[in-house]
Amino acid sequence: MKIAVLIKQVPDTDEVKMDPEKGTMIRDGVGSLINPLDLNALEAALFLKGERGGTVTVLSMGPPQAERALREGLALGADRAHLLSDRAFAGADTWATAKVLATLLEKTGPYDLVLAGEKATDGETGQVGPEVATLLGLPFATYVSRLSATDGGLEVRRTVEEGYQRLRLPYPCLATVLHDLNEPSMPTLAGKKRGRRAEVTRWGLSDLGLEETEVGLSGSPTRVVRIAHPKITRQTAFYGARDLDRGIAHVVALLKEKALLQGGGQA
Amino acid sequence: MRTERNGLGGVFVVAEVRRSGIHSCTLELVSKARELADARGREVTAIVLRSPSEEPVEPLFRHGADRILLVEDERLGSLNAEVHSRIVAHLIGKGDAEIVLAPATTTGRTLLPAVAALIHTGLTADCTGLEIDAETGLLLQTRPAIGGNVIATIKTPDHLPQMATVRPKTFPVAPPQDRLGRVERPLLDESLFCTSVVCLGEESVEGEEVDIQGLDVIVSGGKGLKRPEGFRLLQELADLLEGAVGASRPTVEAKWISYPHQVGLSGKVVAPRIYLAAGISGAVQHLAGMQTAETIIAVNKDPEAPLFRVADVALCGDLYEILPRLIDAIRREKEERHD
Repeated sequence: MKIAVLIKQVPDTDEVKMDPEKGTMIRDGVGSLINPLDLNALEAALFLKGERGGTVTVLSMGPPQAERALREGLALGADRAHLLSDRAFAGADTWATAKVLATLLEKTGPYDLVLAGEKATDGETGQVGPEVATLLGLPFATYVSRLSATDGGLEVRRTVEEGYQRLRLPYPCLATVLHDLNEPSMPTLAGKKRGRRAEVTRWGLSDLGLEETEVGLSGSPTRVVRIAHPKITRQTAFYGARDLDRGIAHVVALLKEKALLQGGGQA
Repeated sequence: MRTERNGLGGVFVVAEVRRSGIHSCTLELVSKARELADARGREVTAIVLRSPSEEPVEPLFRHGADRILLVEDERLGSLNAEVHSRIVAHLIGKGDAEIVLAPATTTGRTLLPAVAALIHTGLTADCTGLEIDAETGLLLQTRPAIGGNVIATIKTPDHLPQMATVRPKTFPVAPPQDRLGRVERPLLDESLFCTSVVCLGEESVEGEEVDIQGLDVIVSGGKGLKRPEGFRLLQELADLLEGAVGASRPTVEAKWISYPHQVGLSGKVVAPRIYLAAGISGAVQHLAGMQTAETIIAVNKDPEAPLFRVADVALCGDLYEILPRLIDAIRREKEERHD
C-alpha cells in the first residue's frame, strides 16, 4: 500500500509569547513542529504500512526550514520525503496550496491513500484536504476518528455533530483525520539518526510544470485586504480571600446583567 | 471561475440538513444573505438537498429567501461529499451565484472546499463578519486567525462566486416576515449522483454530543482541580447556566476529560459571553483560545496566575470553596426570580 501524508509545519504554540501591547503572538525565534493532527495522520499511515506493507511518503509545502518537519516525519518512520519550496509558492491561499500539493501527488504517485490532519493549528481552515482530493478527483472523507484498510477499500468513521457516519471509500482516496484517531508515537534514537541522513527531495515551480499564475499569491483566488489586531484590554476586578463574598456577588450581577439566569424554570 | 459569469443570480445559501431536519443555523445564514443581497439588489436562493421529507421549507422564505432549490432524493439522506458537492457546484453555476454561504459545520466545511475546487474559486473558512464593500461591491469576509489574536479581512476579487463558511450562532436570525417565495425542483442529470463511496451506517450519540463552540457560557477547568472528579462541580455550574464544560490541555492529556472539551490553540477556539476558568493558570496556548470571550471570570489560588491578567473578575482562593458558594448564590438568585 502506497500512502502519502500531507504535513504542515506550524509554530510551536507552547513557546509562543504574547506581545502585551498589541495582543499578538510573537513568532520570532519560536520553534516549529509538525501540525499535531498531521502527526495523527502519519501515525495511521505507519500503522497501515505495518499491517499491509508498502511505503509512507511525507509531503509538505513551505519555506526551506519546513525540511525540518519532513525530517521529523522520516525520523518517525516515513520512507520518503518531498518538500515543495519556491518563492513562487509564497502567499498561497488554500486553493493555490491544494493545487501545488495535488500536482506533487501526481508527480510522485500514484498513491493508494492520502492522509492529512483535519486542519492546522495556525490557519484552521480544514480546506486543503478536501480541495486536494477534489482536484485529483479522489473520493474523500473528513473528520475521520477511526479508520481501517480492507481489501475492498478504506473504512472510516467520521465524527459529526449528531454522532458518527461510517463510510467505505475505494482506493485511491483521501482522508483527513482527528485527534482521537490514535496516539502519535515519539521518534526512536535510530529513527532520529535516519531522519537526519535520509534524503528530502526539493521541488520548485519548474519541476512541477505549473505556470507562475497558478501558484502562490498570483494563483490564489482570495486576497487578504487587511489584518487587524484587536486589542483586548480588560479592567480586572480582583477579589482576594477577604472579599470573596463581594466577588461572588459581582459574578452573579454580571450573569443577571447578561440575562443568563432566566432559564431553568424547573429548578 | 475567472469569469464570463456576472453573478446576477445573487446570494446562495446551502442549507444544513440534519436527521432532525433543517438546522436553525440555516436561518441565520438566510437572514445574513438577505442583508447582503439587498445591498447588491439581488435575490437570495437557498439550496436544500435531502431525502424526501414532509418538513416545510417556508420558514426559509420568512427569514429572507426568495427562492428555494429543493432536491429530494433517497440518495441524499446521508452526506456524500462527492455527490453533494457536485450538485451544489452544478446549481450555483447554473444559477450564476455571486456569493455562496454555508454553515461552518462538519458538513459545510467538507462540502464547500470541494465545491470551491470544482469551480475554481476562493473560499474563506469560519467567517465572523460579512459585508459588501460599498466601493467595489465585493464581499468582505472577516475571520479570526491564530486563535483570534488576529482578525483578517479577505476578499475574492476576480473569481465568482465568492464563498464563505460561517460558524453557527455568528449572525442572529432575522425576525420572521410575512413573505413567500418560489420553490423550484430542478431536474438533475443522473450522472451527478454517480459515486463509489458507500455509506455503511450512521449512529446517533445521544447526550455525547459535545459542541462547546457557540454556547453563551463555558465553565472550564485546569490542573488546579487536582482530580478528575472536579469536573463534576464544573458541570453542575455549567448546567445551571445552560453552558458547557471546557478544559485546559493538561487535563485532557491526563484523560480527566475528553478532547472535544479542550479550549486553546490545539483544541477549540471559543468566544462565549461568559468564560469562567477554574484552576487554569493560563498558558498562551489556552489564552489564545478564549481571550476574545465577552467576559472572563477566573478562579485561582495563585494571585500571579496569567489568566488573572486577562480576566474581568478575578476570584483568588480555593476553587473548592469558591465554586460551591457561587453555585449556591446562583441557585438563590434563580429561585427568587421564580417566586
